[in-house]
Amino acid sequence: MTVIEARGLRKVFGTTIALDGVDLRVEEGRILGLIGPNGAGKTTALNAILGLTPYQGELKVLGRDPWTERDQLMRDVCFIADVAVLPRWIRVWQLLDYVAGVHPRFDRRKAEGFLAKTTIGRNSRVRELSKGMVAQLHLAVVMAIDARLLVLDEPTLGLDILYRKQFYDSLLNDYFDRSRTIIVTTHQVEEIQNVLTDVMFINRGRIVFDCSMEELESRYLEVMVLPQQVAAVRALKPMHERQVLGRSILLFDLMTLDKVGRQQLAPFGEVRTPSISDLFVAVLGNKQGNQAGQQAQGAA
Amino acid sequence: MNTQSNAMPESPLESQVIAPAVISATRLMYWSVRRELWESRSIYIAPLAAAAVFLFGFLISTIHLPAKMRAALALDPEKQHAAIAMPYDYVAGLIMGAAVIVAVFYCLDALHGERRDRSILFWKSLPVSDLTTVLSKASIPLVVLQLLSFAIIVATQWIMLLLSSAVLLGSGVSVAALWTQLSLFQTSVMLLYHLVTVHALWYAPIYGWLLLVSGWARRAAFLWAVLPVAAICVVEKIAFNTSHFATMLGGRLAGGAEAVAVPGGFPIDPMMQLTPGKFLSSPGLWIGLVVFAAFLAAAVRLRRYREPI
Repeated sequence: MTVIEARGLRKVFGTTIALDGVDLRVEEGRILGLIGPNGAGKTTALNAILGLTPYQGELKVLGRDPWTERDQLMRDVCFIADVAVLPRWIRVWQLLDYVAGVHPRFDRRKAEGFLAKTTIGRNSRVRELSKGMVAQLHLAVVMAIDARLLVLDEPTLGLDILYRKQFYDSLLNDYFDRSRTIIVTTHQVEEIQNVLTDVMFINRGRIVFDCSMEELESRYLEVMVLPQQVAAVRALKPMHERQVLGRSILLFDLMTLDKVGRQQLAPFGEVRTPSISDLFVAVLGNKQGNQAGQQAQGAA
Repeated sequence: MNTQSNAMPESPLESQVIAPAVISATRLMYWSVRRELWESRSIYIAPLAAAAVFLFGFLISTIHLPAKMRAALALDPEKQHAAIAMPYDYVAGLIMGAAVIVAVFYCLDALHGERRDRSILFWKSLPVSDLTTVLSKASIPLVVLQLLSFAIIVATQWIMLLLSSAVLLGSGVSVAALWTQLSLFQTSVMLLYHLVTVHALWYAPIYGWLLLVSGWARRAAFLWAVLPVAAICVVEKIAFNTSHFATMLGGRLAGGAEAVAVPGGFPIDPMMQLTPGKFLSSPGLWIGLVVFAAFLAAAVRLRRYREPI
């Protein structure tokens, strides 16, 4: 079943186009990473999905229009906007009481269970907690809500690596099942690479790349070659090339190439699946730098 | 493990049952109002503090009470009443004044603070509509603070009366005059009437305006609430040499005069002063309530569009 469906989603702030005709389809049970540079439109897209901002175009989240039906939608959708949105004055027990009071799908006992694993005191105010503890608290509340869609916008920004790792671990182990859907944006792409089932790149308000992780693994590969062999590999038309420690790493998209396969590249060096961040650089580098060249290639 | 788990003993059981998909509007409202009371503790602290300060002063003044009482007993009934009832009216005025100040500052921060500290993103992640949120915030100055003021004033007046009686009994002065001149049950009814008509219904558009400004202003909500209003008065004066707007504003701030009749002489029954019929049929009240509804509707709409600042 489709959780999010957007067609021609547009959002303009003054003269800035934040979303420029985004088409998006997210199925149930996926963990989608929305990756993009600063100002690419990630947060705007998420805000539109969450009913926080009006938009042009068609958008349905769980069959509802988020802008006009935000309060009903929030029974089935949860989000963590970033680490610092819990009100600083609230006490932990007040937060639990309040969410239990207003949310029909909140399981207080579950939240207490998650909190018992932390050092967060029931009577502490949010302002007295460290940034990592606030993230733990927010996650405990959100994980205790039986929601169908969870939206995470930079949920681990500013947290140290232990908290970041713990955050995604508990999300996967204690929360995620195949009936839930998660969308996450982050700049720490490497950390969520093996968490995701799908990845989407967004740049200048457009979706420039959309691929499942299985497809990514079978479709893209990179090979690290010594300088003397670069010319031969280059002849196979890689989509991107970069230098690391005197060697060249060439990234290939097997779909756009004829007859180039793993076997063909293997003799030149180690062949492996590229990381999302390398792919991101390759895709965005191509879009930005070689737009003209690519168009010519496409025409040819 | 602490008081909270004791306070909600039913929650572990409740979670076993399949939770209802919808939470009733009254429950949403109840929790939204509780939330406001957690956040702005000045709502009850300020009137309580005003009462405490007054009681402290009153306690010291009871040293002179027997002498004052003897002097008052020598006066004619009308003056006697005034002399005895004065501190009781003062404390009511003081606590109501504190409540008005709290209400003004509460309203100016109500829709501003949540944007300033970005917590609006958290509140909006919960299934509570903007309408419920704004109504719960409006209910603080219009309902919660008035009921609180009423309870605190009545309690304080009773403490004063009992304290005075004890002091007078101790010094051998008759307490009869005190109890006959102060009919606290009757003054309580009049107080409640005053709070409902003037502080809630008549002042509603003022609080509506303050809420609207707090939802709109990016900073300095107080200035945005006051300066445009002052500007209209000045422009009107300069352009037309009239002051209709200022007069209207003054009338609004002075409070619904239609609610009570000015007593011609010593009132036999103070309840006769109350003129709810006249108040309810005054156009000023209804125009004010329409304006209030419009301000509130605008505030609800603004909250939908507003993002953190």
